[in-house]
Parts: sequence; C-alpha cells; structure tokens
Amino acid sequence: MSLAALLCCVALLLALSVVSAATSRLFNATIIIYGASCVVSLVLLWGGIGHLLTPAAAMTMVLPVGLPWTGAHFRLDALAAFFLVVVNLGGAAASFYALGYGRHEKEPHRVLPFYPAFIAAMNLVVLAADAFTFLLAWELMSLTSWALVMAHHREKENARAGYVYIVMASFGTFMLLLAFALLAGPHGLYVFSEMQKNPALSWRGALVLFLVLLGAGSKAGIYPLHVWLPLAHPAAPSHVSGLMSGVMTKVAVYGFIRIVFGLLGGGGENGGMAVLALGSVTAVMGVLYALMQHDLKKLLAYHTVENIGIIFIGLGLALVFKAGGHDAFAALAFTAALFHVFNHSLFKSLLFFGAGAVQTAAHERDMEHLGGLIRRMPQTAFVFLIGCAAISALPPFNGFASEWLTFQAIIQGPVPAHWGLKMLVPASGAMLALAAALAAACFVKVYGVVFLGRARTEQAKNAAETDRFSLSVMFILALLCLLAGIFPGFVINVLAPAVREMTGAHMPQHGAGLLLVPVSAARSSYSGLLVFVFIAVSAGLAALIARSFGGGAPRRAPAWDCGFPLDDPQTQYTAGSFAQPIRRVFVRSLFRASERVEMPPPGSPAPARLVQELHDVAWEEIYARISSRVLCLAERMDRFQFLSIRHYLVIVFLSLVLLLTVLALWF
Amino acid sequence: MVLIEGLIPQGVQMAAVLLLSPLLVGITRKMKARLLRRQGAPLLQPYRDILRLLRKTPVLAENASWLFRAAPYLILAFTWLAAALVPTFTTGLVFNRTADLIAIVALLASARFLLALAGMDIGTSFGGIGSSREMMISALAEPAMMMVVFTLALIAGSTQLSGIASYMASSAVGLRVSLGLALVALMIVALAENARIPVDNPATHLELTMVHEAMVLEYSGRHLAMIELAAAVKLLLYVSLIGCIFVPWGLAQAGGGWEAYALAGVFYLGKLAVAACLLALFETSIAKMRVFRVPDFLNVALMMGLLATLLLYVTGRF
Repeated sequence: MSLAALLCCVALLLALSVVSAATSRLFNATIIIYGASCVVSLVLLWGGIGHLLTPAAAMTMVLPVGLPWTGAHFRLDALAAFFLVVVNLGGAAASFYALGYGRHEKEPHRVLPFYPAFIAAMNLVVLAADAFTFLLAWELMSLTSWALVMAHHREKENARAGYVYIVMASFGTFMLLLAFALLAGPHGLYVFSEMQKNPALSWRGALVLFLVLLGAGSKAGIYPLHVWLPLAHPAAPSHVSGLMSGVMTKVAVYGFIRIVFGLLGGGGENGGMAVLALGSVTAVMGVLYALMQHDLKKLLAYHTVENIGIIFIGLGLALVFKAGGHDAFAALAFTAALFHVFNHSLFKSLLFFGAGAVQTAAHERDMEHLGGLIRRMPQTAFVFLIGCAAISALPPFNGFASEWLTFQAIIQGPVPAHWGLKMLVPASGAMLALAAALAAACFVKVYGVVFLGRARTEQAKNAAETDRFSLSVMFILALLCLLAGIFPGFVINVLAPAVREMTGAHMPQHGAGLLLVPVSAARSSYSGLLVFVFIAVSAGLAALIARSFGGGAPRRAPAWDCGFPLDDPQTQYTAGSFAQPIRRVFVRSLFRASERVEMPPPGSPAPARLVQELHDVAWEEIYARISSRVLCLAERMDRFQFLSIRHYLVIVFLSLVLLLTVLALWF
Repeated sequence: MVLIEGLIPQGVQMAAVLLLSPLLVGITRKMKARLLRRQGAPLLQPYRDILRLLRKTPVLAENASWLFRAAPYLILAFTWLAAALVPTFTTGLVFNRTADLIAIVALLASARFLLALAGMDIGTSFGGIGSSREMMISALAEPAMMMVVFTLALIAGSTQLSGIASYMASSAVGLRVSLGLALVALMIVALAENARIPVDNPATHLELTMVHEAMVLEYSGRHLAMIELAAAVKLLLYVSLIGCIFVPWGLAQAGGGWEAYALAGVFYLGKLAVAACLLALFETSIAKMRVFRVPDFLNVALMMGLLATLLLYVTGRF
C-alpha cells in the first residue's frame, strides 16, 4: 500500500473526528464512529504489515502544508511500519472493544470526537519525517488524549489528573522542540533526512539525548517523569486507557528511537549508560509502585512504567553495544526492545480491556471491593489470566520471550571496557530479574484479589459476564500473546529490517525451526512451541492418569481452612495484606513507609489500629518542591499587578534601555 | 533412527526424574528421623502416600473454581518439564535446547505463579498468607538465582545447562572464587525454593510458620498427589542442578553409549543419596527462621551472586 493511501486513511480518521463532533449526540453515533475507526485502523494495520513483510524501499512524500519553505514530509520505512502495526493493532482492538464497552458511556459526545483524532495523531507521529510535522502530530496526540482523560471531568481526581498531564505533556513537547532546534543546527534543517546527514556531535549530542530523554521519556513514563501516567491513564475510559498505556507510550518510545538512533546516530557510551541506568531504575520503581497500589487501573498504569523500563534497558544496551562497535549485539538488544514494545502493547491492551470489563460489571476499580469474579465472569477471568501470565514474563507467553532476549543481550554481549559499564550491566540484569519477580508477585495479587477468593461486596457478588465484542477482542489479544510467545522467531524475522535500519545489523534469520537462537545454538536457545506442547500434553496426561486410579468425581464440601472456616469474606487476604511482606522488605526506605500500632489508652474499649503510611518520594521531593517554588514566585510577581501607572512607565522605559544596551553590546 | 536413539535417553531421564523424586524425599525423611534417633517411615513411604492420595476421592471446597482444579496438573507439568531439562546422568540430550537455564528458572516461576493463585482461590486467610509469603520469598530468590545464572554463563560462555555441565566437567574451569560464591548462593536459593528449613518447615502445619503448606491446605486426593509429586520433583531438580554444575564428575557425555550411561546413572543415584543425607544433616542442625528474617537470609544469596558476577565482569577471571 502506498504512503499516499496510508495518509488518506489518517485524513479519514481526522475527518471522522470532525463528523463525530457534529453527530456524536445521535443515537447510533457510538457504533458508527467506533466501527469506522476500527475499519480504518485495520486498513492502516494492513499497510504496515504489508510494508514489513515485503521488504521494500522507504517511501517518502511531501505535502504542501505546514511550514511554507519545507512543507510536510512523510516517510514510511521499516521502523515506521513496525510502529504503524503497533499503533493500529492497538487502535483496531480498542475500537472493536469500544463497540461493546462504549455503550456504557454516559456522555459519548465527550469521547467520540477526540477518539479517531487520537489514533490519527499517533499514526502521524510515526509517519512524520520533519521536525515541524512531528511536533505538530505529537502535540495533537497529547491534546486529544488530554481531552479523552478529561471526558469524565466531574469525577474527583480526574481534573487534577488532566492538569498534571497537560503540564507534563507541554513540558515534554517543549523539550523535544529544543532537541530538534539543536539537531537542526544553525541552518535550520528541519527535515529528518537532512538532520541525519549532519548529526549533532559531542556536547550537542549529549544535550540532545538529555532533552529527548526528558521529552520522549516523560511521555513514555520514565522514572521520575512518570507521575502523570498513573493519574491520567486510569481517568480515561478503559479503551482509551488501553490505547494510552499500550500504544501512546510506544509512540513515545518511537520518538526516542527515531531521534536518538535515527537522527543522532546513537548517543555514545555515556549516553547508553544513562539510558540503561534509567531503564533499570524505572523497571524496579514501576513495579514497586504497582505493588503498593490497590486501584486496578492505576496498578496497570504503574506496570506500564515498569515495562517501559524494560524496553529502555534494551535500548540502552543497544546504544552501549553500538558505541562499542558490536553491531550484532546491538541488534540483539534492539530486537529485544522492539519485541517487548510489541508484546507490551498486546498484553497491556488486554489487561486494560479486562479491567474495563470488571469496572462495568462490578462498578468498582478498588481491588479491596472486588473478589470471586472468576465464578461470575469465567471468560473474562480466563483471558485476564493469560494477560497476567504474559506480563509476568512466564513461559510460554510472549512477555517471557522478549524478556529472555533482553537477558541474553545482557549475558551474551561482550564485556564492556568502560568501568562504569562493568558494574552497570550486571546490576541492570539483577534489576531486571527483580522487576520480573516482583511483577509476578504483583499479578498474583491482582488476580488473586480480583478474580479469586470470595466476593467482598454485593456489587462483586452480582457482577455479570461482559459483552461479546469485548470478549472476542480480548480472546484475540490473548491468542496473539500466546502465538507471539510460541513463534517468537517469526516476529524477530519481521523485525529484522527495522533493526537493520537503526543498528546496521540484524539478528540471524530464524527459519522454520522452532528454536529461538540469539547468538548461537551452543550458547543459548529457547523454544516456546516445544514448551507449550510439552506442558499441554503432560498436564493432560497427568490428569488422565491421575483419574484412572479410581478416585472418582470430586466431592464438594465446605472449605477446610484448618478446621475453622470463617464465613465473612472480610477474613480473606486483601490486596493490602498480600503486599505487606513485600512492603516491609522492599519499600520501607524507598517510600518512607511506616507502620505503627495505635493502642487505645488503658481501660478504654476502643479498638487498636494499625496505621500505615506511604510517601511518594518522587512526587514529594521533585514535583511538590517545584510547584511550591512556582507558587512562591508567582506570589512575588503578584506585586507587579498593583503598581501605579508611573511605575509601569518606569519599568517599560528601563526594560527598553536594557534591551537597547544588550543590542548595542551584542553587535 | 538417530532421533529415536536420541529420544531414548531423553525419555529415560524424563521418567527417572518423575519416578526417583519420591525416593529422594524418602531418603531425606529417613535420614532426618535417624538423626533425631527415631525409626522413621520406610524409604518408600512417599510413593505409598502418593498412591493412596491418588485413590482417594478429592474433596473440593464449595466455591473452588476451574483454576483450582486445573492448577495441580499444570504445576506438575511445568515442574516436570523444568526437571527433565536439567542433566541428570548425561549431557547433550535431544530436548536440552528447548530451554536454557533462564527458561528453566522461568518454568519454575510459572509453576509457583499457579500455586500461589490456587492458594488464593478458596478465599481463606491461610491460602492468602501462604501465597503472599511465597511471592515475597520468590521475589528475593529469583534475582539471586539469576545472578547465579549470570555467573555460570560468564564462566562457561553459555546459558545452556548441558553446555555449562560439559564445561564444568572439563579441566578448563579450575578453582574460582566466583564459583564458590555462586554455590553458596545457589544452595540458599534451593533451600528457599523447596520450602526447607530454615525458610519453611515441610513437616509442620503450625499456622504461623508455614508457607508452602498453607497454600496447599485446601487440596486433597489426586490434586494433592500432583502437588506433592511436583514438590518432590522440584527438590530433585535442584539437587540435579547443583550436582551437574558443581559436582559434574561421572556425568556421561552426549552419545556416550549404554555402558557410560549406566555408569553415570549409578553415579547419579549416589549423588542423590549424598545430597539427601547432607540436606537432612543441615536441616536437623539449624532452627527455622522467623518469616521476616528470611529476607536477610536470601539477601545474602543475592549479594553473593551479585558479587560473583561483578568479580567476573571486572576481573574476567577468578
């Protein structure tokens, strides 16, 4: 499919937005808009897959819009095509899901007009090939998603979420603007292909990397720039949360890759170190935040932070190896990162859709008020379990395949010469392992508290299975999670052209063979398919054989519980109690957590209380301080509002003199 | 034909890990009893227990879900697959390439994930306490294990367990500080993962100390048999793992022929017996820790693993 056709599809999405602004209050608008978005996304997905599968030269196109002297440049290369697939797979899935979920929306006119534009903007970011178009699309993506976050602006917390988001998004765009200014150089070369020819070097390069880490990193959710993400993602309707968490953060990763790998040509060894260290910290902090969180959607948003960390570990390694001249290992690390991008978009969408289904069924996001949903919503529970296993990096699902590749990049890569790296690379491996283990603990908590056990409230007790649209799209995503896990070689082959564009090498092609081989078969290999087949066959056989001993059909009886079953569902372990040991072990100092027992005075019949405190150190140390400084400054500036006309005239005159002096000195 | 010849030792190994594992438990229990001057149950008692459990009608709690019923078989399957991939009597089996050491660790993680979920299914506080503590322990044990894997991979240049074992059996290794650290770390991880003293006590049902037993409290009949068998297989897995890496002598090489295999099998049985005795000796000579002391214990393993890895990264030798 040609680039023009793809751009027409994007224009169609934008037009759809305009149409829906006019018609969203109509009776069938929900179905028409989501249906149309789904179809257009599928067409774009088809275009992306087509470009990836048949290795063709990059297509470029210039439209006479935008800046008058450059126009709007668009380009479709393998990397863009891959991200086009990620964006539109997520977009199509979310649109289809919304066909069912969107009907529960009370005010569709607050969601519908922005939704197609949001998908269109993400596509435009991926296709843009000059700084102006890129930033315009980036800002459109921010604004439309902000509008979607604010869809339920009357609910408490949402207004604050929107405010924090818009501040962080503007900050991010501003940083990217500065980065592009540095890349464009003194002659103002805003087209990517021209920037690529004169890459910024030495301190300029380092500064660009730093600015991009701030700009794209704040959108992706790198610690400590992640603060908006757990506020904004849950505030939006669930299909939009899925898109924001599963897809928009990936577009931010794309921005990082495009600028750092494409335009800057790598950030050097020190840059790679910085990315690697940030990625490791982000992965561990994200999952620790998630463990302390009992709001289902917020928890999932924090897990996005963790997975972004894992992706950035891969990217950091790729930068380090590239700087060291080890292109083959850079390709391995980069493939692992891209593979994880794809995988995370699948299972995070799936999990958010599941959370949306739970929310519509039980009208509750707080895990402490759920429970036992596996009996009320068996199909949702089944697919959600697959999503949990995939995100916890358990074989044979896809999350494991990409994390395994990341581990391989760490272990198999050449030992770096740099002293800091000798410490950092194994440390990042340990952090990655810690993040994976904690993620598994966190998803045992999620699944165990939400779906297993007994219902904690009436609402959870009366929940009903979700609609067929939502279920079918969740089943498709779960199936894709399994398929990408058992045929990782196929995905890696498809990724090869994109990897070659950015690192100059690619992983060895995987034939029809079942083994995933990162370097050579003697060093390491993994076969998801064999694992899957063996598990399925041996579990089935075990069940058959165990039955043949004549135990008979199981008998139902009250729970044993060591002889003292308690009827009250409140006696179950809650999310808070589940996380307590980990909280004591890991987060005491990181979160300034404290626990104390408040005893009533002697003789009083009042109950004793366990008081737990938890502080978000990143928020308190950075953001709260900055905002208090800004407030303080604003109060001082306030004085300028109440001066007399004489004072204002003096100020105007003085500033004029000052500027003229500067001008005179300058020339 | 070549494939079939390759499949036979693989099949033998798969059968062996499943069939020998209750014996390993039996020897350990017998030794522990003898060390406490008790007579102890016969060596074959674990087999009898499992057979009896299989014949009994399983009793399910009224609100048990499909997950609770499916989990035992899946747990056994994951554990069995992991154990079948660890060299017992020979290296270079056909399916060795299915998964490397990292994947083996992850297979065990899958089994644990399911077990922890099954513990929470009925909605009793015992199940919850077990699952919660199990995940806390694993969150510390898994990174420590990964650090051991890193150390071995850096020394042997491979994460393929069969390759590591062959390399360890060769004379190229020598004595290394990092290997010593890794061995201690691996032993600590093995104790924690198998719910042995001092981390957990496999023999008690005392509420406040149990982790593994608390999770499986609601299981009965054939479901419990599967879980008991999986626990035994896991113990055998860690014994084989430590054996093939740190005591690789007597391990047959790929395509060694039947005599070599038979001899290696005898060696392997000897290793199992020695390991069981050492485990029993260790368990009788130490007391169980408080749950919140366990993280300190496991942090030792993590730090040793990290130290070993850093040593290798920085010096390239030792």
